[in-house]
Parts: sequence; C-alpha cells; structure tokens
Amino acid sequence: MSTTRRDFLKTTGSLSLAFCLPLNLKGATAQAPSPAFEPNGMLRIDPDGSVTVWATRTEIGQGVRTSMAMAIAEELEADWSRVKVLQASTAPRFGDLGVTGGSQTTLSTTMALRKVGAQAREMLLQAAADTWGVPKAECQARSGRIQHPPTKRSLEYGELVGRAAKLTPPAEPPLKAPKDFRILGKDTLRLDGPDIVTGRAQFATDIHLPGMLVASIERCPVFGGKVKSFDASAALKVPGVKQVLQVSSGVAVFGEDTWAAFAGREALKVQWDEGPAAKVDSASIRKQYEERLKTPGKVVRQVGDAAQALPKAAKRIKATYDAPFLAHATMEPMVAVADVKPGHCMIWAPTQAPGMTLPFVETLTGLKADQIEIQVTLAGGGFGRRAMADFILDAVECSKAAGVPVKAQWTRPDDFQHDGYRPATLHELEAGLDTHGRPVAWNHRFVGPSIAAANHFPWPPEATELAGAADLPYDIPNLHVEWGQSDTPVPIWFWRAVPASFNPFVTECFLDELAHAAGKDPLAFRLAHLPKAPLKLGQHTFDPARYRAVLELAAAKAGWGTRKLPKGWGRGIAAHAYMECGTYVAQVAEVEAKADGGIRVHRVVCAVDCGMVLNPGNVKAQMEGGIAFGLSAALYDEIALKDGRVTASSFSEHPILLLPSMPKVEVHIVPSELPPGGVGEPGLPPLAPAVGNAVFAATGKRLRSLPLLPQALRKA
Amino acid sequence: MAEYTLSVNGQSHTVEASPDMPLLWVLRDRVKLTGTKFGCGQGLCGACTVHLGGEPVRSCVTPVGDVGTKRITTIEGLDPHGAHPLQKAWIEVDVAQCGYCQTGQIMTAAALLAKHPKPTDRDIDQAMGENVCRCGTYLRIREAIHRAAGQRKEVTR
Repeated sequence: MSTTRRDFLKTTGSLSLAFCLPLNLKGATAQAPSPAFEPNGMLRIDPDGSVTVWATRTEIGQGVRTSMAMAIAEELEADWSRVKVLQASTAPRFGDLGVTGGSQTTLSTTMALRKVGAQAREMLLQAAADTWGVPKAECQARSGRIQHPPTKRSLEYGELVGRAAKLTPPAEPPLKAPKDFRILGKDTLRLDGPDIVTGRAQFATDIHLPGMLVASIERCPVFGGKVKSFDASAALKVPGVKQVLQVSSGVAVFGEDTWAAFAGREALKVQWDEGPAAKVDSASIRKQYEERLKTPGKVVRQVGDAAQALPKAAKRIKATYDAPFLAHATMEPMVAVADVKPGHCMIWAPTQAPGMTLPFVETLTGLKADQIEIQVTLAGGGFGRRAMADFILDAVECSKAAGVPVKAQWTRPDDFQHDGYRPATLHELEAGLDTHGRPVAWNHRFVGPSIAAANHFPWPPEATELAGAADLPYDIPNLHVEWGQSDTPVPIWFWRAVPASFNPFVTECFLDELAHAAGKDPLAFRLAHLPKAPLKLGQHTFDPARYRAVLELAAAKAGWGTRKLPKGWGRGIAAHAYMECGTYVAQVAEVEAKADGGIRVHRVVCAVDCGMVLNPGNVKAQMEGGIAFGLSAALYDEIALKDGRVTASSFSEHPILLLPSMPKVEVHIVPSELPPGGVGEPGLPPLAPAVGNAVFAATGKRLRSLPLLPQALRKA
Repeated sequence: MAEYTLSVNGQSHTVEASPDMPLLWVLRDRVKLTGTKFGCGQGLCGACTVHLGGEPVRSCVTPVGDVGTKRITTIEGLDPHGAHPLQKAWIEVDVAQCGYCQTGQIMTAAALLAKHPKPTDRDIDQAMGENVCRCGTYLRIREAIHRAAGQRKEVTR
C-alpha cells in the first residue's frame, strides 16, 4: 500500500469544508432512553444542568473547542461555568466532521452552531411554558434558567430536560441580536486550560490500552525508497521487542512499550533501494526551478498588458525571490492508536481530517465505513500536518498485522524527515513606474510544485499555490501573474497559511521595492494604490476599505512616520487579505540589524479585522502565535536536501524560535459586524514581509531569500 | 534489566527496566504518568522536563539508572490540588494553545521560581530559553511567570 498522502483525496472526491449539522437524534431508533436532553448530536443537557458540547472540529491549538462551545452556549443562554466540551468522533450522531483547515471553522460553522443552541433554548422555553401553563412569549432564558418574570418563577435547565426532550426542534429558531450577546465577543479562557496545566489533558500519545504494543517504523531516508531487505535478529534480542514486520511505509518494530520499540529500531538493520530521488538535493531543485522559470507558466491573473506597458515605463525594477521547503514540526510527533478487530476498527488520532481518512482505513482493513470509528483526540499542534493520513494508517496497518491494539509512535527525526513539506518556490518579478512614481505594470512569474497535483486532489494544479500572488490587491493597470508547475520528489502538503506563507513575502516586499524606487513612503504608496471599489478576485471579493483600515491602524499604533527608532533599527509594514477565511491583517515590524548581520525583531504591531469577534482573547493569542510561527520561518526555518534526504533531524539542526527571541507583540482589533472570520492562519502572512521591509529600512539592503540569514545580510 | 525503586511525587514505585531506559519512558509507560511529554528524545525541546532532587532535568535523556534515590517531581505532583501559583497564572493568562509543551514549560518555570522568587526578564530568558513552544505562546509564558511571582508586569505583551 503506497497510499498515505498520495492519492489521499482520490476516493473522497473533494475537500468539503462546508459544515453539515449533525443528525438530529430525535427519531433515531434504538437509542436507550436517556434522562438527558439531546436536541442535537453535538449537544446534551443533563438533569443536573450540566451542558456538554461535542466539538466537531479538531483542536490544534487554535481554540475551536472553546469558540464552538461559546457559539452554542450563547444562543442556548447557558451558564458558561456549567459547559464542558468533548471531542466528536466519526460516529454518525456527529455528522460530517469535515476538515479542520484553512482557518475555516469559524466562518463555516458559527451560524450553524448558534442554531443548535437556539433550537435547544426554544425547546426549553416551550417546556417551561408548558410546565407553568403560560405563553412561551412571557418566558425568557438566562444563564441556564428559564424565567417567567410576571410570576417571578424560574426553573433550571436541568429540571426541564425531561419535558424538553419530548418536543420537536424548531426548524428556524430565532437568533439573538449581537448586541445581546453575553458570551460571544467577551474574553473567554479556553476550557482546556485546567487540564493542560495539570497534565490531565489526554493526547493520542498518552493513550494506553490493555495488551497494546507500540510500533516504531524505520522508513527509507530517501523519498520513495523501498525496503530491499532487513535483518531483525539484533532488534529481536532487545528486551521488550515482540516482533519486527515489514509494512508499507518501512519496517515496524513492535515493543511492549515505547522505549523497547525505539531501542529495537536502533538495532534493526535495513537495506534500502533508494530509488531515483537519491540524486535530488537542494541545488538540483533550485536548478530545476531556474530552468522552469525560463519557460512560460499558466497565466493566473491578467489585467491590461504588462508586456506592452513595461518597455514604456519611466523606471523598471526587477527582482528574484525564493522561499524554502518547510517542516511543520508540531510539538507532539506524529502518533495514532488503532485497534483492528474482526468486523471493527477503533482509532484514536489527532487528525484534522477524520472523514477523509476513513476511505483509506476501509481499503486497508477491508471493513466498511460503519465498522470503523475514528475518535479525534487533542493534538499537540497541527498547522495542516495532521490532515495527512499517513500516521494513522501506520497504526491501522500495524494493529491489523499484530492482531492487538497498536500505538504507532513517530520519533522527532521521523517527524522532520517524513513530513509533507511546505513547497519551495522561486519567483521573478518586474515592474514599471511612470514619471510620477505610479506603478503601471507588474509582471510576476513563479514556479514550484503543486500540492493539489502531488496529492491527486481533483482541483487544477495551481489551486493550492496562488493566494498572495494572483490576488494581488493593488490597483495596477497592467498586471500579469504566471505560475509554472515544477514537481519534485519531495512530499508536499498544507502548512500554516499554505501559499500565503510565501507569496505575500514576495509581493509585499517587491511592492516595498517599488515604493522606495518611486521615492514614496511604503505605507502611503500602498494606500495610494488600493482599488477605489471592492474588487472581485476569483471566488472572493477584496474589500479595500478593510485593507486600508488595518494598514492605517497598525501604522498609527506603531507610530509610523511619527516615532523615531534608535540607530540601526528600521520599521517595515505589510498586509494580507486572507479572503478565504474573511480576515484582513496588517503588521508593522520594528527590527534591529546588528553588525554581524543578525536580525533582532523587537516589536510587532498587528491590526486585525476578522469580522465579528467571537473571543477577543483568542484572536490576540492566534495573532501572537501566527507571528511567532511566521518569525521562526522568516529567520531560521528551512528544509534542505542532500542525496535525496532531509538534512535536519533535530531541533538543533532545525531551530525553532525560542522565548528570548520573541518580540513584543501588540494586537489591535478592528470592530466589525461582518460574519466572524478565521484567525489561526491570517496572523502569519504579513510577518515575513514586514520584517524584510524593516531590514531594508534599517540597512538599505534588500533580502529576497527566506529565511533572512545573517550571512545574507552581511553579503548584501 | 534491573529493578529500580523510584520516589515519584512522594510515592515509591518499583519498576523493572534496563539502566539506559530514559526516565521519560519509565514515567509515561511504567508509572503511567503521562503529563510529562515526549517532544524530541534528544534533550532539545524541554517538553519532558521534570524535577530531580528539585532540579529541572530533561527526562528523555536521563537514564533511569542515573536517578538513584533522588526525588522525582512531575507535573502531576507539582501541587496536590493542581493549584501551584504557576498553574493558576497559566490558566488566568490563558497561556496554552495546543498545550502539549506546557507541562514542561511549567516544570521549568517552577524550578526557576524556587531559585528566583522574583525573576527578571533576563532570568526568565535564561531559564526558559530552551523550551520550544511551536504555537508561540512565549509572551504569555513570560507574563504568567511574572504573575505567579506576584509581579504584575504589563510590559511584555
């Protein structure tokens, strides 16, 4: 079986990010009579008044368990202190768990979740009205109670569950006006906080089942390589090692505990057929990209005629930019637990894509979907990585082979060396200014592999690569953007912000180059060249007013043009409209360029418009997190290849931003009544260009290659 | 294989293990205390930090054979009610995102506060500077430590 990431979506057709309400339990047959009120598969109110919400999206640190519960609790008029959240599984009662990705949860689920809460509230109101024999309209729901103000009577929700459970949920319950919100829009601590700080929070790696073995799999270090032969004799002598088996991703060592499996693997000898990818390295991929850049790509944006306009421009500016492959490096290495039995398979996995994983489990086990259940667990970081199925299929295949429950536990080197990486890209840009310093032409050609093609998604190959490039929002009369596909043996996958993790670095830095070439202030230049009216860009509409507002807010709070910086420091600005999830962010970075080429980012001022704010505290936390993740990539992170292998296998070879290098971050939120947008990714895209632009402001040197390394600054 | 009697959170546990088995795996897989996390197995990320005789150590690179009679404290034993000032501050500042590294962060911070009850930013940089948090909660970690130390600093974030 060579499925895993490749062919991932072949059987499922498309990525469904739409949110379907879970099945209504009413009418479901063979349900044991429950004393609780379960108006919906993801909500239960118990006779003691406690409220349980099942999160149908995966918590990967972005705060969805809390925000999803908040949306239900708001309309339910729940007592927030009585709300707890559990995680849904692929059991039918929870409906389609979709994909947790693309910062889509908030935008795609909030209205449906509010409806779930509102339905339950209306039923509780009716139950109380029936109990008292009064009109429902005279009753009101408040903080876990139904009140009847005319007679000053009230009942707790728990006292009403029996009667409410007999009612039919209303199809279109009224929703609250945002001005009446008591939970949404207020700083709310995450529900998992107490479990996390005491070590009680259970991740997949923490699961122990009776009779469970732990499997650790030796994989070919070269992508696409195969097992030629292996010698397990020494491994089998390691205490606690139970067996050694060849599996589709390599050779699995089964231990009675984790250390036995790891130690057995150390003693294992495998001969690999490394295959053709062994000849690939970072330099050969760069060369391949350079060749590809010489030939036309697919035109992905066309306004006017840039080729005609460029020669007539008063000033022409040319530049080459690049960005490397990147690893996700979640803190919890990949792990899943599976228990494959005749006729049934139970899986515990921190997956961002449980529904998309099911068909692969069906193929692997020969079971039908209704014989398989995936219980989603907490995830020690996700960033897109856990939408891949590979680590789950490891556990399923190993459990099936061993006939016992198996935890497939990856090591840190496994995790660095067998990721689905953020694609590396190479960009060539040329732009022209007229005699007034106005941009009259923009020509951008870039090349790289396609996530869609590499994983056989039923989309055009460029679909996963364009955000931040083809949707350049500035009003330039002649615009030409081309993307050239250049696939490599390196497995690639979605990474936090996907192509907006690299394209805005290129476009927002190059725009900065134009501003400086025109002798204009970079902020004023951006504002002067925004479209006058909303602009349709693909499926989305760019709103220049929102973009302008975040730019102006970030600039004002940072003291742009007013507050002086110490010598050797510079200030840079950048923005990105993450239109897929409805969120606009601008950032100003204040950077010190040190004599040795080192770059110290002291302060980042961030302005965010994410529509209606569900949880301001979490919006701030996600901006801080996006900035930290973006800064790690801007300053340090790079996956390099030699002889077909990823060179890094540890945090020392692949440093991650640490506490002493974290800048001061200020987050300012633009008030809005627009639909609530996502915040997990949008804090990241503006960071690298804001830092790159600040380095230029500090030094007059333009760095066009990520990461922004000290040696590059010394050389520039 | 040898038999070790370990003092974990004030309780005595006897385990059978090879001397080179890291304390991390003894705690997680034998004693079944899973609050201590596996992040790298190379002593580089701090997710596995526990206290050994009061000192913070990376349990993933601490062979059980080297532990001897030293007291081991894990996140489960930091406070009998899970209400250590750091744990309370961590909740109040809403530090955690995914939460995976946070028990190691708290154990590292607890060792810092035991030595420096009123740490400066520089003390925090030094003590916490090698604990990786991929979610990037660093500013809140700093703030929570100051808060637990009774120093309400507003300058960090």
